[in-house]
Amino acid sequence: MVTMVLYFVATVSFLAYLLRRSEALSKVSLGITAAGFVSHTIALVTRMVATSSPSPPSFHEALSFFSWMLILVFLAVEFRHRIHVLGSFIVPLALVSLVSAAALPETAPTLKPVFKTLWFHVTLSMLGTVGFAIAFVAGVMYLIQDRLLKSKRFNVLYAKLPALDFLDRLNQQSIVLGFPLLTLGIVTGAISAEFARGSYVSWNPEQTWALVTWLFYFVVLLGRLTVGWRAKRAAYLTVIGFACVILTLVGVVLKGHGVLS
Amino acid sequence: MHLIVVGLSHKTAPVEIREKLAVPDSRLGEALSRLCSYPGVKEGVLLSTCNRVEVYSVVDEIEPGYERIQEFFADTHLSLSSEQLTPHLYWHTGDRAIAHLFRVAASLDSMIIGESQILGQLKDAFEAALAHKTTGVIMNKVVKKAISVAKRVRTETKISEMAVSVSYAAVELAKKIFSNLEEKTVLLVGAGEMAKLAARHLIAQGVRHVRITTRTAQHAIDLASKFGGTPVPFEQFKDEMASADIVLVSTGASHYLLSAEDVHRAVKERMNRPMFLIDISVPRNIDPAVRHVDNAFLFDIDDLTQRVEQNRAERLNEAEKAEQMVVEEVGMLREWMQSLEVTPTIVALRSRVDEIKQAEVDKTLGRLAHLSPHDRELVEGMASSIVNKLIHSTMVTLKSEVNSSSGVAFIEAARRFFNLDHSASSRPEVEGDAARSRCLTHASDESAHEAGTPETSIPKRTT
Repeated sequence: MVTMVLYFVATVSFLAYLLRRSEALSKVSLGITAAGFVSHTIALVTRMVATSSPSPPSFHEALSFFSWMLILVFLAVEFRHRIHVLGSFIVPLALVSLVSAAALPETAPTLKPVFKTLWFHVTLSMLGTVGFAIAFVAGVMYLIQDRLLKSKRFNVLYAKLPALDFLDRLNQQSIVLGFPLLTLGIVTGAISAEFARGSYVSWNPEQTWALVTWLFYFVVLLGRLTVGWRAKRAAYLTVIGFACVILTLVGVVLKGHGVLS
Repeated sequence: MHLIVVGLSHKTAPVEIREKLAVPDSRLGEALSRLCSYPGVKEGVLLSTCNRVEVYSVVDEIEPGYERIQEFFADTHLSLSSEQLTPHLYWHTGDRAIAHLFRVAASLDSMIIGESQILGQLKDAFEAALAHKTTGVIMNKVVKKAISVAKRVRTETKISEMAVSVSYAAVELAKKIFSNLEEKTVLLVGAGEMAKLAARHLIAQGVRHVRITTRTAQHAIDLASKFGGTPVPFEQFKDEMASADIVLVSTGASHYLLSAEDVHRAVKERMNRPMFLIDISVPRNIDPAVRHVDNAFLFDIDDLTQRVEQNRAERLNEAEKAEQMVVEEVGMLREWMQSLEVTPTIVALRSRVDEIKQAEVDKTLGRLAHLSPHDRELVEGMASSIVNKLIHSTMVTLKSEVNSSSGVAFIEAARRFFNLDHSASSRPEVEGDAARSRCLTHASDESAHEAGTPETSIPKRTT
C-alpha cells in the first residue's frame, strides 16, 4: 500500500517534470521512486518469507513482481545513463501494473498444475515481459521524438527526450534480452503443462496468444538484424507487440478467474 | 570612498559614438594612467569592447567623480564634446554600480544574452589595470567577485547552454538524433560560410569523419585538408551519401540538388538508420518533400532560425534566475564594502575590545568575591586602561590614514587583526544596514538617490 502511494506520488512528480522546464523535480521524483522501490522490496521479501512453502504464485504476486522488476530496470538504466525522462514513462507503467495487481483478489485462483517448475515459468515470462515493456516505453518515446523532430516542434518534451539513436538502442537491447527470457518462459510453461495435463500445448486462447506474441517478437528481432527494421518501424512494432503481451496477460487472468475456460 | 561606473553601451549609444570612444589595447595603459591622474580618482578599470565602453572607478566623492570620468571620455576623442556624450551615458554608484558590473560580467547586459566573450574581455581589462597599477583593495575585490559571479551564473543557469547561432543550432539538433557524435560521418556539400561553421562546430563536438564535396574539385581538396577530411567527387556524392549520418548542404545552386527519391534511397541503403540533413542554402538545395521520408530529418535555414529565436527567449528566462543571483551577490559584497568605512570599523573595534574586557573582568571578579567595591573598581579600571592603550594607536592610525590612498588597506588590516568580521556580536549595524541588505531590490533602486551618504564624505586627496 505504501509502495503504491509512493509510486503514485513519483508518477505525478515525474509527469510534472516532463512538462515543466525545471530540472529540480527529477531528483525529487527519483528519490520518491527509490523509496517506493525499497518499500516494495521489503513487501515482496516478507511475503516470500511468510509463504515459505513453494506454493504457486498468484497473479497478484506475479504482477507485483513485474512492476518491481520494471522499477529495478529503470533505476539501473537511470544510474547508468542519467536519462531522467525514462521515469516519466516507466514509473506510470509500473504504477498501473501494481494497481491492477491490487485490484485482483490476493487469493486469486492459480493455474491448476502445481509444480515447482511453474515458478520458473512465471518468473521467466515476467522477466521477458519486462524487457518488452522497456522496449515499448522506448518505442513510444521514439515515436514522440520522431514526430516532434519531423514537425519541428521544439517544446519542453523535445528538450527532455533523449536522442533518437539512444532510444532505438534501448529498444533493441530490451528485446534482445527479453526475447530469450520469454522463450524460456514458454518452454518451461509447456513442460509444466506436459506434466500436468500430458500435453505440451492445449491450444487454448491464452496459449495461442502467447505463441503469437513470441512469433511476433521473433520476426521483429529477425527483421532488425537482417533487413534493417530499426528506428521508426521497430518503434511501431514494439508498441504493437506490447499490446499483444497485454492481451495475453489479460487472457491468462480472465482464464484464471474462470471467465474463460 | 565610492565605487562608480560611467559608460555607454549598445543599449544607449549608436556604433558611431562607441567606436570613437573605444580604446585599443595598445593605448589602454596610457588611458588608464590618464584616468587616475584626475583629482579624486583613486582606482580605475577601463572596459572597452565593441559593444560598450565603461569606466569603473573608486572616487572620493560621487558627483565630482562622475564629472571627472565624463571629462576623461571627452578627452579620449577630440571630436566629441561633453554635451554630445551626455545623452548616451549612464552613471551608477554603490549597489547599482556593483550590480551593473555583475550583470555585464554575467552577460546579462550583452547584445546576445549569455554570450561568453564579455567575461574574457573583463578579465583582460582587469589584467591591464593590474599591470598599470590602477586598481586597489576595492576594485580588486569587486572585479574578482564579478568574475566569480559570472562563473556561478554560467554553471547554475542554462544561460549559455542553448544555441543562439544558426550554425550551432544545427549541432544541437544533431544531438537529438545522435547521442554520440564521435562515430558519425559528416558530408559537407558546397562550401557556404554557415555550413563550414556548422562543420567546425560538429568537429569540435567529436565528429571525426568529414567528407567534402564541391563543384570545383580543387576546392574540395583544399577544404578537406583544412578540416582533416576526405574529398568526394561532386558527381558521386549522391552515391556516397548513404555513408553519411549528417549531410550539410550549402551551395549556390538554384535548383534542388537532392530529391526525396535520392534521400529515400540513401536511407534504405543505410538500413533505416536515421539521417540528419541540413540545408543552409537559399534558394534551397534539398527538396522539401524529403520531410515525408521516414528516418530522414531535414532542417532548412528557417527551421534553424526558428530554433535560435526560441533559444533566445529561453535564455531570457534563464536570465531572470541570473538576475536573482546578482541581487544576492551584490548584497554580500555590499556588506564587505560597508565594513571598509572607518566609522563602523572604529565602533566595531571599540565594542569588540569592550566585550573582551568585560568578559575577563567578570571572570576574575567572580573568583575574587572578597574584594571591596573600591577594589573591584580598581580592577575594572586597570582592565579598561590596558585595552584602551592597546587600541589607542590603532584608532589614531585609522582616523589619520582614512584619507590616504592606502586608507582602505588599513581598515581591512584592522578588521582582520581584531577579527571584526567573524564574531557576530561585533558586526556594527550602523544606520540599520543589516535590515536593508535583506530587501536589496528596493535598496538598490534608492541607492542612486542616497549618493552622498555623509559618513564617507571625506576631504579628497589626489593620488
